[in-house]
Amino acid sequence: MTSTPVDPPVGGPPPPPETPKDGASGLGSRRGRVVRELVRNPLGLVGGGLLLLVVLVALLAPLITGYSPTQVDFDLPFQKPLTVGYPLGTDDLGRDVWSRIAYGARASLVVGLIAVGLAVAVGTPLGLAAGWWGWLDALVSRLTDLMLAFPFLVLAVGLAAINGASLTGAAVALGISQVPTMVRVVRAETIRVKELEFVTAARSLDASAPRILVQHVLPNTASTIIVQATVIMPVAVIGEAILSFLGLGIQPPTPSLGIMLSDAQQYIFRAPSAAIFPGVAIAVICLGFNLFGDALRDALDPTSRR
Amino acid sequence: MGRYLGIRALQSVVTLVLSSIVVFLGVRALPGDPARALAGEEATPETLAAIRADLGLDDPLPQQYLAFLGQLVRGDLGTSVRTGQPVTELLAATLPVTLWLSLGALLVAIVVGIGAGVAAAVYRGRWPEWLANGFTLVALSVPSFWLGILAILYLAVGLGWFPASGFVPLREDPLRWAYHLVLPSVVLGTALAAVVMRQTRASMITALSTDYVRTARAKGMPRGKVLTRFALRNSLIVVVTIVGLQLGGLISGAVVTERIFGLPGFGKLTLDSVFTRDYPVIQAVVVVVTAAYVVINLAVDVLYSVINPRIRVGGSQA
Repeated sequence: MTSTPVDPPVGGPPPPPETPKDGASGLGSRRGRVVRELVRNPLGLVGGGLLLLVVLVALLAPLITGYSPTQVDFDLPFQKPLTVGYPLGTDDLGRDVWSRIAYGARASLVVGLIAVGLAVAVGTPLGLAAGWWGWLDALVSRLTDLMLAFPFLVLAVGLAAINGASLTGAAVALGISQVPTMVRVVRAETIRVKELEFVTAARSLDASAPRILVQHVLPNTASTIIVQATVIMPVAVIGEAILSFLGLGIQPPTPSLGIMLSDAQQYIFRAPSAAIFPGVAIAVICLGFNLFGDALRDALDPTSRR
Repeated sequence: MGRYLGIRALQSVVTLVLSSIVVFLGVRALPGDPARALAGEEATPETLAAIRADLGLDDPLPQQYLAFLGQLVRGDLGTSVRTGQPVTELLAATLPVTLWLSLGALLVAIVVGIGAGVAAAVYRGRWPEWLANGFTLVALSVPSFWLGILAILYLAVGLGWFPASGFVPLREDPLRWAYHLVLPSVVLGTALAAVVMRQTRASMITALSTDYVRTARAKGMPRGKVLTRFALRNSLIVVVTIVGLQLGGLISGAVVTERIFGLPGFGKLTLDSVFTRDYPVIQAVVVVVTAAYVVINLAVDVLYSVINPRIRVGGSQA
């Protein structure tokens, strides 16, 4: 399940030989190889391209849209796509669909980044500690079991009930729900790296546990964490859409792809296109992360190539 | 075996107790006074005090928790603030809908996922594998609720093949019951099918390259028999685990699917209770879902140890 990023490659085209050292040395050539592998993977390039497109649209949203996403025009509801000034048409309130998608993608990415940040910030130290100290392992593992017993929707429902539904609430619920998998992945990597020679060497030099964990183990688990982050992103993006669709996430009139779909379902027979574009946008974002994440995993770990 | 099951069951009980504490404290952390929520804004201080005493809200927290636990054990989940009905009645009315929907989705996921996974592994590098991989990628990138909207738009309304919404109880009319469940089940099961396919394909490829499969083939065993008897059987161990881990996700997914297809299930109950701040129902919903999660995980572990006798206690897998 977890990748083994610095193991000597087995099978596949022979990449430059390298020996697992303590994170720093040999990283340059490794990075070069990873980039070469990524560029050689056509699906990864497609994924990277989609991501670049999505990020550009989200960042440049104010520059590439003609109207504010919340600007209502009651004279122009349900304009068809390709209408002058409204490339994707307008919704029931005459709002520019393209503008709402651009800003909605922005919200999706923000929620995704918060969720990933939270999962990494909480999951990594817990995973490192659980993998290093055996006595902590049982405790942390029970804790992750407990967290896994709460589906993210229940968490989101709980947070929405306590604080009211919001973007932050949705992002926090999604982030927390991803902590257990992050803990497990990092824990497994830590247990593996712990047995490698350079860690034993550091131990024999009397380095303290936190120092070994941060300086030697963490760099060697980094690629696993990055790959896991690309797994979490699409989950969080879809999660945000689901929560907002249900009314538990971003609140109108703030644009969100989920809210757009929820609105579109109300007038789906009048303007089917309004239900198409936001879904395509979500799919493009997630496809980008999935393709890029797969390619990144293959590039970082030659043994996992299929 | 017995020892293993005993330890796993004990762990499950611990998880259940811990989660009941979380739920209990979570509900206590909710803003607002439950007594006021029950009695309404115009209640006199005397009424509020009476309700507080009645609900035991003035007791110390540990005592309140024990009372809460006692009620849970007796199957008393309180009364809905919104409808005045006992929460157990609401659950009894809505849970079957969600259960049928989840089972339907599971069926779709297993049939499509294992079928496509085996095909992809057997025909490696040829079109079945490309098709299966493409399906996985799309199914994991497209949110299921959008798939649902598209299905309603094109299959239900456009072509008129399926009903766009609604539910018919099994006892009323089994045919129309199944007819109404097809589209929601397919929509809910698609993402899980992709996960199952991925896993089946990976473990089938591993199994097909093992010595015992080669030996069986070398001894002249027919290909189909080797596939089902040896390769698939050993692959299923991993698949069962993955399906078990994902079952909980089905519950979350069911909430959304019910919303799209207008099914009067557990998900609708959950959303209604959140939007109306019906705290007794919210509390019950969380308890039920958590308990279901824990029980499913336990069942998966038991099933796992039955299929694979090598797995026993002590082997805490990552």
